[in-house]
Amino acid sequence: MAETTEPVSHYQQLYHDAESTLPGAGIDWVAERRRAAMARFAALGFPGARNEEWKYTSLRPIEKRDFALPKRAGHGLGAPDLAPYLFDEPATHRLVFVDGAFDADLSRIGQLPEGVTVQPLSTALEAGMESLAGHLGRYADPEGTPFVALNTALMSDGVFLHVPAGSTLEWPVHLLFVASEAIDGIGVHYRNVFVAGEGARITAIESFLGLGEATYWTNAVTEASAAQGAEIEVYKLQEEAPSAYHLATFEGYQGADSSVTHHNISLDGRLVRNDVNTALDAEGAYVSLNGLYLGDVRQHVDNHTRIEHLQPGCVSRELYKGILDGRSRGVFNGKVVVQPQAQQTDSDQQNRNLLLSRGAEVDPKPELEIFADDVSATHGATVGQLDEDALFFLRSRGLSQHQARNLLIFGFANEIIEAVKIEPIRARLEDRLVQRLPQSETEED
Amino acid sequence: MLSISNLHVGVDETPILSGIDLEVGPGEVHAIMGPNGSGKSTLAGALAGREGYETTEGSVTYDGEDLLAMAPEERAARGLFLAFQYPVEIPGVSNIYLLKSAVNAVRKHRGEEELDAMDLVSFIRDKMRLTGMDDQLLYRSVNEDFSGGEKKRNEMLQMAVLEPRLAILDETDSGLDIDALRTVADAVNQLRDGNRSFILITHYQRLLDYVVPDQVHVLYDGKIAKSGDANLPKELERTGYAWLTGSGEAEPESAAQEQ
Amino acid sequence: MASSQLEEVLNKGYEPGFYTDIEADAVPPGLNEDIIRMISEKKEEPEFMLEWRLKAYRQWKEMTEPRWANIRHPYIDFQDIVYYSAPKSFSDEDRPESLDEVDPKLLETYEKLGIPLEEQKALAGVAVDAVFDSVSVATTYKEKLAEQGIIFCSFSEAVHECPELVEKYLGTVVPPGDNFFASLNSAVFSDGSFVYVPKGVKCPMELSTYFRINAADTGQFERTLIIADEGAQVSYLEGCTAPARSENQLHAAVVELVAEEGAEIRYSTVQNWYPGDEDGRGGIYNLVTKRGECRGNDSKISWTQVETGSAITMKYPSVVLRGDRSVGEFYSVAVTNNYQQADTGTKMTHLGRDTKSTIISKGVSARYGQNSYRGLVQVGKNAENARNYTQCDSMLMGDTCGAHTFPYIEAKNPTAQLEHEASTAKIGEDQLFYLAQRGINPEDAVSMIVSGFCKEVFQELPMEFAVEAQNLLGVSLEGSVG
Repeated sequence: MAETTEPVSHYQQLYHDAESTLPGAGIDWVAERRRAAMARFAALGFPGARNEEWKYTSLRPIEKRDFALPKRAGHGLGAPDLAPYLFDEPATHRLVFVDGAFDADLSRIGQLPEGVTVQPLSTALEAGMESLAGHLGRYADPEGTPFVALNTALMSDGVFLHVPAGSTLEWPVHLLFVASEAIDGIGVHYRNVFVAGEGARITAIESFLGLGEATYWTNAVTEASAAQGAEIEVYKLQEEAPSAYHLATFEGYQGADSSVTHHNISLDGRLVRNDVNTALDAEGAYVSLNGLYLGDVRQHVDNHTRIEHLQPGCVSRELYKGILDGRSRGVFNGKVVVQPQAQQTDSDQQNRNLLLSRGAEVDPKPELEIFADDVSATHGATVGQLDEDALFFLRSRGLSQHQARNLLIFGFANEIIEAVKIEPIRARLEDRLVQRLPQSETEED
Repeated sequence: MLSISNLHVGVDETPILSGIDLEVGPGEVHAIMGPNGSGKSTLAGALAGREGYETTEGSVTYDGEDLLAMAPEERAARGLFLAFQYPVEIPGVSNIYLLKSAVNAVRKHRGEEELDAMDLVSFIRDKMRLTGMDDQLLYRSVNEDFSGGEKKRNEMLQMAVLEPRLAILDETDSGLDIDALRTVADAVNQLRDGNRSFILITHYQRLLDYVVPDQVHVLYDGKIAKSGDANLPKELERTGYAWLTGSGEAEPESAAQEQ
Repeated sequence: MASSQLEEVLNKGYEPGFYTDIEADAVPPGLNEDIIRMISEKKEEPEFMLEWRLKAYRQWKEMTEPRWANIRHPYIDFQDIVYYSAPKSFSDEDRPESLDEVDPKLLETYEKLGIPLEEQKALAGVAVDAVFDSVSVATTYKEKLAEQGIIFCSFSEAVHECPELVEKYLGTVVPPGDNFFASLNSAVFSDGSFVYVPKGVKCPMELSTYFRINAADTGQFERTLIIADEGAQVSYLEGCTAPARSENQLHAAVVELVAEEGAEIRYSTVQNWYPGDEDGRGGIYNLVTKRGECRGNDSKISWTQVETGSAITMKYPSVVLRGDRSVGEFYSVAVTNNYQQADTGTKMTHLGRDTKSTIISKGVSARYGQNSYRGLVQVGKNAENARNYTQCDSMLMGDTCGAHTFPYIEAKNPTAQLEHEASTAKIGEDQLFYLAQRGINPEDAVSMIVSGFCKEVFQELPMEFAVEAQNLLGVSLEGSVG
């Protein structure tokens, strides 16, 4: 398409200029994958409005901006700046990335069991780690979507987390992706690879944090593979800067009796798009997708999920909740596909939305595609407001209209927050949610 | 009327019945008891023609014909009725519609004229009194949101309406309170007319306090381990089933007879 | 289950699949401005109609055949279709003035389809407009309805008898440039039904149109326009069949409904076009635009459809809820057996205040059938207190068919309350055995369970047709178990 050639050539130029300095440039397989992915991105281009997957989300603001690659300059952030965003309890392995690059001084990787890898991706790429080669790009395939392709071509850092069969990573791994004041005009491409061998367990927290007012673009990709009986739990907290663009893809791949739980909490940013996908490719696999998205002022937040039941007897559960205020717009597109051989699938997907103001909009679309007959698959979507009866009840118990309203909004979101098993994260979410509730008594329209 | 000879039945290649012999004459009431897993429900399912039950040996004749060769609906049309242990729910299909379709399917098979709606409703109403069922249940979807007791009463209603020649009750008494149990017993007793035969499959002897069987058989490990008269259940109440496993407990003596 | 027995029933096939050998007056295949002039001339249309058609044609030429539906089929060669074909006796001056003059072969055809056109034989309380290929051959009870000021006639007649109504309403709900197939229809439509129910009149009988495609290589492009003036009420039903042929045939209709203040329109369809054979050869391409507009306050439009026929179906009977407190409803059963594909659903556009819509969709797929529900519930910025409830259930028989659900919701008003639910159901082995044990054969058992599944839709049909629809469902699923 003619309209996309300009931004595409900008990124081709970026790649061309940076090719020799990107992490792993000296490793053949890394360089080759980057090159192929760039070619793929050039072929795909930015998706336009006619692309069904992008029907409600326009990428024009990103396209027309020509984001540069991160510069290797100091960011001036110190430990005290980050203190409020760290989780001390329980003990965590912490990897901090600032403006696209790993910062060893701010990070702390604890004692690791034998055979377990927790490494910045840049290091793993530079070393050309063989264990990485087998997984990188296998689950998040650059062939599929332009942003996975662009990420593969330009990825600067992230984490490679490998827990072999039978091992357990006791502590959660906290990945903190920080955008400083200095990041204006920059596009960062973080890539995380989680691999859990048979029976292994991984818990990861991905925090995206914007500390200033800069306009920047985060294009993050996480791919996760859970082998037989493995368990992966991911908490993604998106708290980007108010004018940030945030695109993130999660691709899961699951073996027999494995379990993946993904919590997707989207609080900030100007334009946000999450793609959360998983393939249940062996019997007895289980996936649970939880999502909470808050929109206010002119925020745009789009969540696309896809659960692919490929084999019999798998279970999927999904609950996404949206709260849209101001002139924000929320989009939910949840797809559940049950392939012919996936008999005895048990799937439930729910999307609930609160529309709080005139000017806000929500466009939910829960989709089912079923090719097997012995299946229990349900989905539902609702758009509504706070329950008048409940408001009245709370007021009759002495709460102000404002308090009652906030309490009900909090209650609506709490179902998602309660699913968070790590107490400090839950506490932080509760705090953030309370801050986000309308503050003044007069905000009623 | 029913003659079971050396019947072997397996499910998923696992043998469950291994050589059942049983003769049920017209008007007779047979009780089949036995511990869980002894094959009682498999026998009921095999007689009614449940899919997946493979006969590996033996035969069953019904009125001199090969029962096992008939489709389930043909067995029903010829008067064989199974009251299900777990009655099935059919959303959107009303009870009355099911009864109407079933009655007319059976009548058609017999070469009788189909009943019109008016006759049918009054006929069904008569039978409802027998089971003490609420009229409202007729217009609700088959077994959907019925309580356990309502489901079993509904089975008895269908039995009364279809007027079978051989009725098999598969643990119809389990999970019922005393009132519902009496309803089941009353239904059986009222339908006992000297020609109609019954096979009552039950885990407890409770039901047999109200319905006096002609013969009682104890099923164990896929075979009839013991047969006797109406006194056998009382003995079993005393001894339990432990003697079957050869654990040294006393075997019930009175009235015991070998097949 | 005795599958040989089932095969036998299946091969019995499609009963309305016969062909009536009758001399036809047809235009040559292909589409250009001359063909359109020819059609307009044959129908002796006023100038405004020809202009309207030509304008639509020019728009159509700029458009491309839509491919967004979840349907696979070869591109249609629009130059290979005959756009007008009518029994010879209906061409020129000596066309029949009354039923006595109609070719008995035509009357026989309808009698055979169970739609006798002689009023004394007809189903009491149902007036019928019979459309055969491109013309209406008879309309019953016209005079009786006229006594109350109700106009019920073929579209061609309406163009002559009440051109002012046609000009006022035609294309106001589905504009000529609305979509590819609607534009095509606007250019070439040949006949259809026209209904006008005047202010305050409740139409005393069911109105219905029976569409029959007969000639080979011919497309049917009918146009139906129903207007219920203030406070009027009407219930309308359409039925359709076609001969069994190994080529595909195109049916591209447009239906427009207008409900003025306080008016109520109930529109039911029992669609039984030829579905093709068990290998997917032949069958009708049913690509239809149906839309109603609740123009006045407190008006109501209700669509009910039972879709058992056609090789492919793309159809979204919709309601524009413009009037305050207006109500839109959509009840649908769609069955796809063998190689049938259906992509059907609805669009509810909430614009007025306190508007309400209900969507109940039941999709049944068997063998290689592919069934998609596609719906859009739209709530405009000013549509205060809009309410929608959508329930969308699928039933699959076997693992070679598919069920798809694509429900779109677009809510722009914070007082909207919208609810969507979907589930899948299956015919359980235990249900079949239970019914068999009660003496019911497998075919009846399947049809009974499926009817139960579809009950919420059937009960919306006028009584006279509910039974027919239920039977049709049974027939169209025959052979799907075994």
